[in-house]
Amino acid sequence: MFEILHDHLALFLVGAWPSGPLGGVANTLILAALGLVASFPLAIGVAMAQVSPWRWLRTGAGAWTRLVRGIPLLLIIFWAYFAVPLLVGAEVSAFTTAVCAIIVYESAFLAQIVRAGLESLPRGQMESARSAGLSWLQSMRYVQLPQALTNMLPSIVNQSVSIIKATSLAYVIGVPELTYSAAQVNTITLTKPLQTFMVLAAFYFVLCFALSRFAGWLERRIARHRLGLA
Amino acid sequence: MFDLSFLLEDGHLTLLRNGVLTTVRLFVVSGLMASAIGIVLATLRALPVRVCKALVVVIVEYHRNVPMLVQILVWYFGVPQILPESLKLWINASNTEFFLAAVALSLNSGAFVSEDIRSGLRAIPHTQQEAAWSIGLTYLQSLRYVILPQGIRAALPALVNQALLLFKNSSLAMAIGVHELLYRTKQIDNLTFRTFDIFLVATILYLIGTLALMALSEHFVKHRRVPLGV
Repeated sequence: MFEILHDHLALFLVGAWPSGPLGGVANTLILAALGLVASFPLAIGVAMAQVSPWRWLRTGAGAWTRLVRGIPLLLIIFWAYFAVPLLVGAEVSAFTTAVCAIIVYESAFLAQIVRAGLESLPRGQMESARSAGLSWLQSMRYVQLPQALTNMLPSIVNQSVSIIKATSLAYVIGVPELTYSAAQVNTITLTKPLQTFMVLAAFYFVLCFALSRFAGWLERRIARHRLGLA
Repeated sequence: MFDLSFLLEDGHLTLLRNGVLTTVRLFVVSGLMASAIGIVLATLRALPVRVCKALVVVIVEYHRNVPMLVQILVWYFGVPQILPESLKLWINASNTEFFLAAVALSLNSGAFVSEDIRSGLRAIPHTQQEAAWSIGLTYLQSLRYVILPQGIRAALPALVNQALLLFKNSSLAMAIGVHELLYRTKQIDNLTFRTFDIFLVATILYLIGTLALMALSEHFVKHRRVPLGV
């Protein structure tokens, strides 16, 4: 295992870069970061629609999250592969396709988290904000969302673990990321598939385990903060 | 615009039907194995033996923090390398891809199921355990007849969500060439170039399964029977 790691470390970390496109762990992290950052505003919008006082908006947003949660990510990636070039009217790289699919998929799950955060706030928050003369949007912006997002921070960090895991599917459409690197290493070494893929698993494990530990730490800290101990 | 007559030509419908059947078979087989694995892991974790606990924690953390696709690749490309020749022959005699995909899916799902059961068990008051002991049940008997039945009931919504995840994850088996629904969808797409139509059909087929599971989970949440009514 260590031999494989030693011999192909660069391929695992940055892919063919600098002589070729960036890949490996670096590209996995870029994919995940883009996915998280871009799906976040979308998720907030969907979550707000789901708790809004307008019925058709609630129904629409609810149907949308159900739909997206009901379709395997791989199928969404294939849809994106087919639909994104049609929508943009130009050729689109596999990387962009993967990012688009991840944004759509993860925004539905993030929206659920944000919505749970909004719903867990006491009703009095919204009522007092409204009676202070804020509009519904203003109450959301200045009263509800800041509290909901702080409370939901650990869940959001946990969701980023799931986004990192989701990026591995980009390998199927040929995006040079971590899993792709391992497949390349496997074709080079040929005789050590178990070691190669164990190294791959170890890379993901370190990334995701560290992040979920961080989420747990955040959760305890926020809980203590709420009790007024910190 | 939406014309499905191409499905009736050249046996495309048969391909699709076989795909659906394989997906369902993969889902059912892995689901049953995952339930068994989940119960065993949860029981091992509940035992007052430190080694058992540590072992289960390692298994659960591995499956939680490594992408499903990578786990499938480890089983398909890696594990046969260390299997004894006779076992390899036995696996190859059946459908290798299907078998190994089912193993990977069951283990992954089983790890998550064990966690769901564990949090279900934690919802059972400790007095149940004490009462079971005081009427003379052994530790394992108390688990089997008192704790597990209640714990599993408390965990039902989470378990149905796990089934939903498993159903969607079964699509990843196409990456190693299992002829399931998504694999057949791509195949029909390549044969007919009716990308939009066949993707839409596949999406609807997946949604039938996933929306039903979502409805079931919501039903359990609504009619959750709290143990002892406390």
